[in-house]
Amino acid sequence: MFGLDKKDFNLFLVVAAMALLAPFILNPFPTDSALAQFNAGYPDLMQRFVIFGIFAIGFNILFGLTGYLSFGHAAFLGVGSYSAVWVFKLLGMNVLPAIALSVVVAGLFALLIGFVSLRRSGIYFSILTLAFAQMSFNLAYSVLTPITNGETGLQLTLNDPRILGSSATADGSIPVTNLLPGLEIRSAYDLVIGPWSFTFNVGYYLCALFLLLAFYLSVRIFRSPFGMMLRAVKSNQQRMHYTGLNTRPYTLAAFVISGMYAGLAGGLMASMDPLAGAERMQWTASGEVVLMTILGGAGTLIGPVLGAGFIKYFENIFSKINDNVLHGWFAFMPDGLEDFIVTIIHPFIGKGWHLTLGILFMLVVIFLPGGLVEGGQRIAKMFRKKSEGTDTHVDAKHPAE
Amino acid sequence: MDAIILQILNGLDKGSAYALIALGLTLIFGTLGVVNFAHGALFMIGAFCAVTVQRILTLSYEVVDETQTDFLGNPLKVKVPYVESWFGPETGAAIIDWAVPLAILFAIPIMIAIGFIMERGLIKHFYKRPHADQILVTFGLAIVLQEVIKYFYGANPIPTGAPDVFRGSFDFGVLLGFDPNAIIYPYWRLVYFSFAALIIGGVFAFLQFTTFGMVVRAGMADRETVGLLGINIDRRFTIMFGLAAAVAGLAGVMYAPINSPNYHMGMDFLVLSFVVVVVGGMGSLPGAVLAGFLLGILESFASMNEVKSILPGIDQIIIYLVAIIILLTRPRGLMGRKGVMED
Amino acid sequence: MSKSNFTRRGVLKTGAMSAGGLALPTILTAASHAGYTNAPTGSTVTLGFNVPQTGPYADEGADELRAYELAVEHLNGGGDGGMLSTFSSKELDGSGILGKKVEFVTGDTQTKSDAARASAKSMIEKDGAVMITGGSSSGVAVAVQGLCQEAGVIFMAGLTHSNDTTGKDKKANGFRHFFNAYMSAAALAPVLQKLYGSDRKAYHLTADYTWGWTQEESIAAATEAMGWETVEKVKTPLAATDFSSYIAPVLNSGADVLVLNHYGGNMVNSLTNAVQFGLREKQVNGKNFEIVVPLYSRLMAKGAGENVKGIHGSTNWHWSLQDEGSKAFVKSFGTKYGFPPSQAAHTCYVQTLLYADAATRQARSTPVALRKHWKGLNSTVSATARHCIAPTITSASKMFWWCAGKKTQHPSSTFLKWSKSHLRHRSPMPPITRCLPVVNWDHVTPAHNRAA
Repeated sequence: MFGLDKKDFNLFLVVAAMALLAPFILNPFPTDSALAQFNAGYPDLMQRFVIFGIFAIGFNILFGLTGYLSFGHAAFLGVGSYSAVWVFKLLGMNVLPAIALSVVVAGLFALLIGFVSLRRSGIYFSILTLAFAQMSFNLAYSVLTPITNGETGLQLTLNDPRILGSSATADGSIPVTNLLPGLEIRSAYDLVIGPWSFTFNVGYYLCALFLLLAFYLSVRIFRSPFGMMLRAVKSNQQRMHYTGLNTRPYTLAAFVISGMYAGLAGGLMASMDPLAGAERMQWTASGEVVLMTILGGAGTLIGPVLGAGFIKYFENIFSKINDNVLHGWFAFMPDGLEDFIVTIIHPFIGKGWHLTLGILFMLVVIFLPGGLVEGGQRIAKMFRKKSEGTDTHVDAKHPAE
Repeated sequence: MDAIILQILNGLDKGSAYALIALGLTLIFGTLGVVNFAHGALFMIGAFCAVTVQRILTLSYEVVDETQTDFLGNPLKVKVPYVESWFGPETGAAIIDWAVPLAILFAIPIMIAIGFIMERGLIKHFYKRPHADQILVTFGLAIVLQEVIKYFYGANPIPTGAPDVFRGSFDFGVLLGFDPNAIIYPYWRLVYFSFAALIIGGVFAFLQFTTFGMVVRAGMADRETVGLLGINIDRRFTIMFGLAAAVAGLAGVMYAPINSPNYHMGMDFLVLSFVVVVVGGMGSLPGAVLAGFLLGILESFASMNEVKSILPGIDQIIIYLVAIIILLTRPRGLMGRKGVMED
Repeated sequence: MSKSNFTRRGVLKTGAMSAGGLALPTILTAASHAGYTNAPTGSTVTLGFNVPQTGPYADEGADELRAYELAVEHLNGGGDGGMLSTFSSKELDGSGILGKKVEFVTGDTQTKSDAARASAKSMIEKDGAVMITGGSSSGVAVAVQGLCQEAGVIFMAGLTHSNDTTGKDKKANGFRHFFNAYMSAAALAPVLQKLYGSDRKAYHLTADYTWGWTQEESIAAATEAMGWETVEKVKTPLAATDFSSYIAPVLNSGADVLVLNHYGGNMVNSLTNAVQFGLREKQVNGKNFEIVVPLYSRLMAKGAGENVKGIHGSTNWHWSLQDEGSKAFVKSFGTKYGFPPSQAAHTCYVQTLLYADAATRQARSTPVALRKHWKGLNSTVSATARHCIAPTITSASKMFWWCAGKKTQHPSSTFLKWSKSHLRHRSPMPPITRCLPVVNWDHVTPAHNRAA
């Protein structure tokens, strides 16, 4: 269906179900229970899951298929955010033109950088992309402040022209982003069932729609002759050259497509929250998407989305657990034991969430070379003894180099 | 003219830090074929060896001084370092003063041990794995190492002074016939530069003139053949890893007085030293040293106001710009061999 | 689904149907005029403490958190009550805020605008915080302030020194206690004149981003006004760790003062480098070479060790101030944690109390309808705080200020004048700004520092 074979279609259905039912899936604990700390079903985090999912899917089209490891992909996300915010400043608060422009601008920027960087391969390519991204970050932070507003980040102000909208709302505040006139991105609906509470947010569903679109496109690319060509580049570029084939147009196309995905993610980020900061372009941000992709399973379809969710969950949930919360959880224990347990856990939560994340990276890479997808497959295999060599499995065995 | 000499001197100094880290990085890459993202963390641990030695030497007991009060109005507890009470105040103070040079002795065994443990415990299992996995696992390790340091030492920089003898700066300009104060250079940076030169020379001599070094060089060129000859290359590579860790660590120890150590200093250097390695050519030792000094000097020149008035913001991007130009004109870096890390 | 119980959070409960022509109610309304977000319904009220827990400012963030926990303890009637007992108004009686127990959630800003906003959003959307506070950079403060404005909760800024944090874009929900670059310069200039004379040549090294530029502009203008000459202004990259190539040319430029417009790690490194080059032992133009660091942070300055001695800068507050409010705060903080609080801790503690005080006073002094419910608090807090924030500062901390180099206690009438016109819409400063604590680090390197 939709040009997908049965297995891919099933996968797509799973992703669609996960994306559309996320407000339920991510809020499994009653609002007032101690475990509500682990609920992730509030609009901001759900949006982040999806946006970074799109970013990682796009990155995976380049890295998972061609094996070209870009260390500068955050630059495209940053450029996308800046262009979207400029649309909000100059044109109006509708998100669709902003998202469209951010995809186009990021694509052009990717074309430029890709054209230069793809003249080299291997780690030389990685360093070239890293160099371009770091240059963009450094300049955006300082010299280009008139365009980027430097440290503070590009924000909406009351003085913006917004020729198709209004500079300020009737009550004198800055207008908010909308999908259709009157349908604000931040609008949300609360559904309360017994002790549970679920939030449905317009912005989230817009992002989720784009995620499904992005995922569908990526499946099509993976299964197309073009995708096959990219895989061939990965497995042996030399041989491709010997057969007289110029691989550059293919890799460049992959680079630009994945840059546009990053731009889409950036545009969505700015649409959810109209602000663009230079840190989005820093090398650590580029490193983050590399981690997401590898952690989830490079070269697999669903892996990057899982990786993105995993990392964003840690960043947002674990960093908010503090000693007070811990004491709340373990209050049922005798005092001495409670203090002891809190002391043991203390280094790993709150300000220690980086430590937990670092340890988890190492564990996943050491024991699950194919990322979380391989973990899932192993569990699945334990249940059905007979092993089927699925397509994703083959890829997972050979994460890109 | 004086400004140019001044910036060359500054560049040499900056370059020696880059060169030392890049040397270890390329040594590990050349011998083991592993891209070690935790190398910056080793540099940082070296700097914290200096901090630790300083802490150990200033371990103190408290004496209550009734004549003074602390900030809450209680009698002041004056800390007296044990060293001062054992060796007398003057000798004790002198020992504390020399904490950083003393830390070298402390750092060498520690860093070699850390290197061994890292290689045997973790890196060994990643020889056959893709570079992306190596990057991820060493990156994870780097995060863990720096978070552990942060847990014990905090996030703020910790002042770690050089011995008093090396305070102040040396007036080069007068030697060369310029006005006083035209070219000044801190004594400790002179020490750092000489130290770096010594280490770099030492590593090269070791690889060039010892049998051990010869085998390692052979292993770098063709690991399989050397293995087939019945030589236990793995053990030697472990030792090389320890050596590379020690070089990064020593670079860190001596760097502590230049910039107060903090837990993220490794990450600050990591990206730059990778650029240095790649510009020099992956796996090429002379290339790493050359690129380190070259980029250091260029960075210094870019910081001059005369240059910045023509090209605003050039000092922010010079290193990356140069890296791009070099990689586009010389595909394998300055001195890289063909086929290394190109797929 | 038949048994499901459809309700809408916050907004609806306060009866403010401001969602306009659409069917869906809005959670994050600007709510500046009708109702406000996250009105507490139970017996507790939740505050969001959003501080850097990772990254280079993590220690500053940790100190801010300590102060917040102390403030919550005092508001809930625990501990020795700290500053509360020194207040002229006795509205805060240890029963929380308006009789509701104060609870808090914490988050990590990572000193990045994105992360800070994500964390603040989760506090608002998930934890139901009515007030967000904290942070240790202007970028974060501006970003989170904008978010809180939009979401309709109060933002009490933590450490932010940029001129632009307040006064721009009429962010009525954001309040600031910390001083700014303009005030630093105006306070520092007369002191510098007294110490180093009017005939000086200054060389500026400036962090190359918004805050650095404003700081440089302010201090250069203030020193030039008293006769100093600015020899050169050099921008340094934010990512720089080694400042040698910027510092080396200073001596040869004919300047006899070096002004370091740096903060945080930049400040520690540039200062350490400058001292390494022996600048302070040099004589130029027949005068001793001097270094000035306009914005000091005691916590970060520890990283520069002995190097800070004899160098002047400005600070928002220092624990050695001898007014009742400061003494009470230092005593409870010192007793609980064993070391004196930083200026970041002070600002955060005071901001929390200011919020509680404004909220309580407002409700007690206005019609019964407001006292019974929290509804409308948001807009009224801003209105109240606008008028009472300054006297509360005086009663809370009664700072001593350096006025033209002389230590005095500032009359609170001037405070009132300042607060009304400038606290939010801050344009050029009236003479009041000449009065700020100026610190010579010789005097304030007390015993506890030696242990570190």
